[in-house]
Amino acid sequence: MSADAAKTEVPAQFPDAAGHFGTFGGRFVPEALVAALDELANAHQAAMADEVFRDEFAGLLRDYAGTPSLLYEARRFSAQVGARVLLKREDLNHTGAHKVRNVLGQALLTRRMGKRRVIAETGAGQHGVATATAAALFDLECVVYMGQVDTERQALNVARMRMLGATVVPVTTGSRTLKDAMNEAMRDWVANVDETHYLIGTAAGPHPFPALVRDFVRGIGDEARAQCLDLTGGLPDAVTACVGGGSNALGIFHAFTDDPQVRLYGFEAGGEGMDTGRHAASITGGSTGVLHGTRTFVLQDADGQTQESHSISAGLDYPGVGPEHAWLHDTGRATYQPVTDAEAMAAFELLCRTEGIIPAIESAHALAGTLAIAPKLTAELGRPPTIVVNLSGRGDKDVHTAGEYFGILDKE
Amino acid sequence: MSERTSRIGAAFDKARADGRALLVGCMPAGYPTVEGSIAAMKAMISAGVDVIEVEIPYSDPMMDGPVIQRASEIALAGGVRTRDTVRIIEAVAATGAPVVTMTYWNPVERYGVDAFARDLAAAGGTGLVTPDLIPEEAGEWLAASDAHGLDRTFLVAPSSTDERLAMTAAHCRGFVYATAIMGVTGARAQTSQAAPTLVSRLREVTDLPVGVGLGVGTGAQAATVAGYADAVIVGSALIRCLLDAPDEAAGLAALRALSAELAEGVRHPDR
Repeated sequence: MSADAAKTEVPAQFPDAAGHFGTFGGRFVPEALVAALDELANAHQAAMADEVFRDEFAGLLRDYAGTPSLLYEARRFSAQVGARVLLKREDLNHTGAHKVRNVLGQALLTRRMGKRRVIAETGAGQHGVATATAAALFDLECVVYMGQVDTERQALNVARMRMLGATVVPVTTGSRTLKDAMNEAMRDWVANVDETHYLIGTAAGPHPFPALVRDFVRGIGDEARAQCLDLTGGLPDAVTACVGGGSNALGIFHAFTDDPQVRLYGFEAGGEGMDTGRHAASITGGSTGVLHGTRTFVLQDADGQTQESHSISAGLDYPGVGPEHAWLHDTGRATYQPVTDAEAMAAFELLCRTEGIIPAIESAHALAGTLAIAPKLTAELGRPPTIVVNLSGRGDKDVHTAGEYFGILDKE
Repeated sequence: MSERTSRIGAAFDKARADGRALLVGCMPAGYPTVEGSIAAMKAMISAGVDVIEVEIPYSDPMMDGPVIQRASEIALAGGVRTRDTVRIIEAVAATGAPVVTMTYWNPVERYGVDAFARDLAAAGGTGLVTPDLIPEEAGEWLAASDAHGLDRTFLVAPSSTDERLAMTAAHCRGFVYATAIMGVTGARAQTSQAAPTLVSRLREVTDLPVGVGLGVGTGAQAATVAGYADAVIVGSALIRCLLDAPDEAAGLAALRALSAELAEGVRHPDR
């Protein structure tokens, strides 16, 4: 890959003022939401320039979320990979994933805008739990939209959200999954926009969401870059992450985009295999389109109707992707590859057995992709590479799915 | 506003001369079937609906409430394609009634913006209402609608600033669509308090006709809205006639009855 050539194409400020990453991004929304999006964009810019806001955010991340998360050298896993693997332990954050960074940032912004109510969409329930957590901490009313199929599959997370004081609304339209929950959250937002902030869960949606979510999670990469320099005396050869909507990947990529020698890899959910059509790999297997307010890569049919995605990982099971990833793919700065359910689960098992760490199945896609690229990088560099992997979340939520997959649950 | 003549302008001129508002009735293409939707639209016209708004069914209709969502799902499950919509528009336009098309943006982008404009114009459609396309993102559509002589209707909302009202109206041709409430489509018990204010704010910045939609479902509500708007746009209440009916004949009868009631309403504006 030509990282050097790609670097020259990267302008200093992205997105542009209207939220475009090259031809991607922007705003494809009802006019009724434009005023709120403008208000949010202004609040985001002002907050980022405000030292008091930045200090408060940094304090919450440190004292409440438990960051900076560790950069851990996984020696036994490394031996299996044939690379020096450094795990960015976002799984150790409060609520168990990188997502806490985004919800704390947006909850602070909500308060700054004087709004008292937050709404969110959730697939498996992780973003819903994170939002309910921040809402409890900030004393905000919280409503979470969740597809009815998912409320049944993820009853424990529904209970968690309720314990935290949130209202969970099962969505019964369309495919009754994440994308429909997002539609329903948008409908709520149009009707209640004066007092409500839509606390979106990934770096997708209309401008300014992709940029503001990225800004709130970019600490992952800032920390990892400094930690890697401390630990190894140099930058990694590659940084890897899983990509659904793509917030954890952007979070870790961003600090490295100006380091052309650092290769960036995003691993999408290849589901049952790209040739089966049952996958969630929007960049590898989709095409350019408009979904949920932004232009990006979308899984769609010949008429532009959104197609259902499939992945063993609920957090990657989304038929679109954040527009900045679409642009990083287009410019060649980052490389995107699919990882199948089977490959992800093999890597999941390998990390459990070699390191005593149960990863989220989402993060297992990044581990599997790392296993896949290591030999190629070794050949290219003439030595084993150093690879930073974003271990974006922990696997507690996936114990049932993984237990069924491996056939290790006792029959009742 | 553009120098080009609007395809729907004459209908507004005539209604204005008659001292009434136009009645625009919305129906998803392919609901309940392709032929069924053509029959429904023709029934609406024969009962007094002036303009048919054909909505292209879309998998993720984020501006629409439960009624249009359900009808769109049924249409898509029945296998309706974008090219069927073009055929429906052609069949309905052949009656002589103006036919506007409402569509979320992705189906148009996927069809090809210029190709869609070309085929829509050839089918006799007057233009597009685009609920999730704002003028800032509409470069390709502005060019294609100019090239093929189509009207373009963007939406404005109670939350729009004066600057945005002026900017949005300046990019419209034919008419401007004012969303009466902050919310999604669906009939409501009360007519909007925000709509008259929004329409009078629009009148300050444009001479284009203004259509008001969202929440209208009865003849009395139509008369109220006709008191300050140039067109009354009704969707969910009409579609519900078909959704709630035990069979097609009963659905069409209910549809005709409501169309006639609404048509009576727009002919007796509350002023």
